[in-house]
Amino acid sequence: MVGQNFLERNLRFLFPLPAVLFVGLMMVFPVAYTIVLGFTGWNLTSADTFRFVGFRSFTRVFEEPRFLDAVLRTFEFSALAVAVETTAGVALALILHRNFFGKGLVKLLLLLPLVATPVAIGIVWNLFYDPNIGLLNYLLSALGLPPSQWVYSPDTVLPALALVDIWQWTPMITLISLAGLAGLSSEPYESARVDGANSAQILFRITLPMLVPTILTAVVLRSVDALKTFDIIYAMTGGGPGYASETLNIMAFKFSFEYFRMGQASVVLVALFVVVLGFSLAIMKLRDWAEK
Amino acid sequence: MRKLLSLLLITAVTFGAAAQVKEIRVLLANHPYGELLKTAIPEFEQATGIKVNVESLQESQLTTKLTTEFATNLSSVDVFMTRPLQEGKMFYKNGWYEPVTGYDFADFPKNAMDVVTFGNKTYIVPLVTEWQVLYYRTDLFKAMGIKVPSTFAELEAAAKKLNADGVSGFASRGKGAAAVTQLSSYVYGYGGRYLDQGKAVFQSKAAVDGIRFYGKMLSNYGPQGITAMSWENIMPLFQAGKVAMWTDASVFYGQIVDPSKSQIPAENVGIANVPAGPKAQNPFIVVSWGMGVAKQSKKKDLAKEFLAWATSADLAKRGMMVNITAARNSAWTDKDVLATVNKGLVQTRAFAAKNGFPLDRPYMSAVGEARDRIGELVIESIATAGASKNLDAMAKDKAKKVDELLEDTGEYGK
Repeated sequence: MVGQNFLERNLRFLFPLPAVLFVGLMMVFPVAYTIVLGFTGWNLTSADTFRFVGFRSFTRVFEEPRFLDAVLRTFEFSALAVAVETTAGVALALILHRNFFGKGLVKLLLLLPLVATPVAIGIVWNLFYDPNIGLLNYLLSALGLPPSQWVYSPDTVLPALALVDIWQWTPMITLISLAGLAGLSSEPYESARVDGANSAQILFRITLPMLVPTILTAVVLRSVDALKTFDIIYAMTGGGPGYASETLNIMAFKFSFEYFRMGQASVVLVALFVVVLGFSLAIMKLRDWAEK
Repeated sequence: MRKLLSLLLITAVTFGAAAQVKEIRVLLANHPYGELLKTAIPEFEQATGIKVNVESLQESQLTTKLTTEFATNLSSVDVFMTRPLQEGKMFYKNGWYEPVTGYDFADFPKNAMDVVTFGNKTYIVPLVTEWQVLYYRTDLFKAMGIKVPSTFAELEAAAKKLNADGVSGFASRGKGAAAVTQLSSYVYGYGGRYLDQGKAVFQSKAAVDGIRFYGKMLSNYGPQGITAMSWENIMPLFQAGKVAMWTDASVFYGQIVDPSKSQIPAENVGIANVPAGPKAQNPFIVVSWGMGVAKQSKKKDLAKEFLAWATSADLAKRGMMVNITAARNSAWTDKDVLATVNKGLVQTRAFAAKNGFPLDRPYMSAVGEARDRIGELVIESIATAGASKNLDAMAKDKAKKVDELLEDTGEYGK
């Protein structure tokens, strides 16, 4: 009886408890632990265990020229991928928003890249990209264009990887935009038509401005994912040639599981965390501003 | 009802326990020897009643998996394939290998035992020996009247001649860290080394000259995109007839001539020694794979039983029949083997055993990172066809980085 009373009195703590525990264990703890690890010199190759070394791991990572390159590359890859995905995704959504024969089938086909496994995608695209026996160079030469080395050259590897990301994730932006389009109220359109606006005016003065919050949401979701991209890059290039496609996430993987410098790998991950968090906050501020 | 239930429970527990006792977990590499073991393991299970749970992984993922499992002290691995030169030092220092005791090592060459022994104990049983060879297309050589190159200069001349539309004259790994092992014989050919007495020496003129030559060859006569290619990219090109000469480890011969994978008939594939450099002809010859028992294993008796079987002379011989180059001496004197195995393999092994160098990479705990550093030099050299003005300065800088790694792990100067 006493127990029951206690429970009833404390229901407001009890009900959120599972959620609090989940967030604590699965989100707060790993991040906090990674930050703590960043202050250790934990290194498996030297049998150097969990010893605190202050900021030494931070300075050693920041002094490494690869680190700044990786930061810039992370942004370059994400900016390229998300910019094209957003433009193409919204354009596709506008086209698909009309009724036409076979619309259901087109929508279904658009979903396919989204559900494919990234590593399998990477392997298949690598075959396309192969500069000696690949399909894409064959197509280029059939069109009379010069061949490219795609992911096999440091000069072209980032755009080539972004292309795969674009192929896979543009449909997601399309789907989100379609949902946004479906939710727009029809009144402004009716009055615009009464006022004699043409379709370009309707698109740029009504549809797109009303769609901006939706697009920004899609951009946030995509950017956070793009900044953290690991699977496609790891499967296709492993960060190479050399370090030419080494983003922060790939660098963290190499530092931890190839160099076994757990402390320094944690520093790289903390940096990635800050980058993603800062970027998301900035975009969210932008969205608030756009909604006003 | 209750009786029946408890009876069921008891049987379940006993059987569960029995199954637990007679079961081991084995990690293998995606390597021809691993494949051989996978097909042979049912025989072991039948003979001993021990159930073997096998997992196979790609080599670098195998190292990663073992390291993370052992480092977290939660491993249930009992036996595993391991690369003595890649992870041996590190695993030994962390105490992850169980010493191999009561094993007869008389059948193994001395330089193979050197890399699996630390202090006065042996921790790994050598499985496979690999050395570098030159694979070449005998048909193309004949058609163009080229003889097998015996020096680097002849190698270059041959590559130039063979390099034609659609066929690369020469290939070897160009993908940074992965290239380091294949580059080693070229560095040795110029009289260089990666490490000497616990210090990085690959900034020496001899070593840098070797790196320049390697880069020049790949840049001028290699396939497109070579800086992103390791053996897994080059082999399909060779099998498709797109490469005329290829230097890599001897272990790939079996796959190159496998008619289900290759468009090149076996008789058109020749094997020769890596040509002599200006200073020496020292192809690497290394124990590429061995097998060990995990210190954390709770079933060491079963594990050792498996180890003895999996590393036996009998299996080594069976491997040899499919061109897997065994570490055991006896496998190379067996009559059946000598009648079957490719003569080129026998000859190049004999040459490498006599003249080769037993390391193909900087032999140190932090080898993964050191390979990446040397790999940067490979990529720079290929990008500039060996003519880079920065290469000497870069080599000095990378050597300094590798020295720092050696200091970090307490191996500097030792």
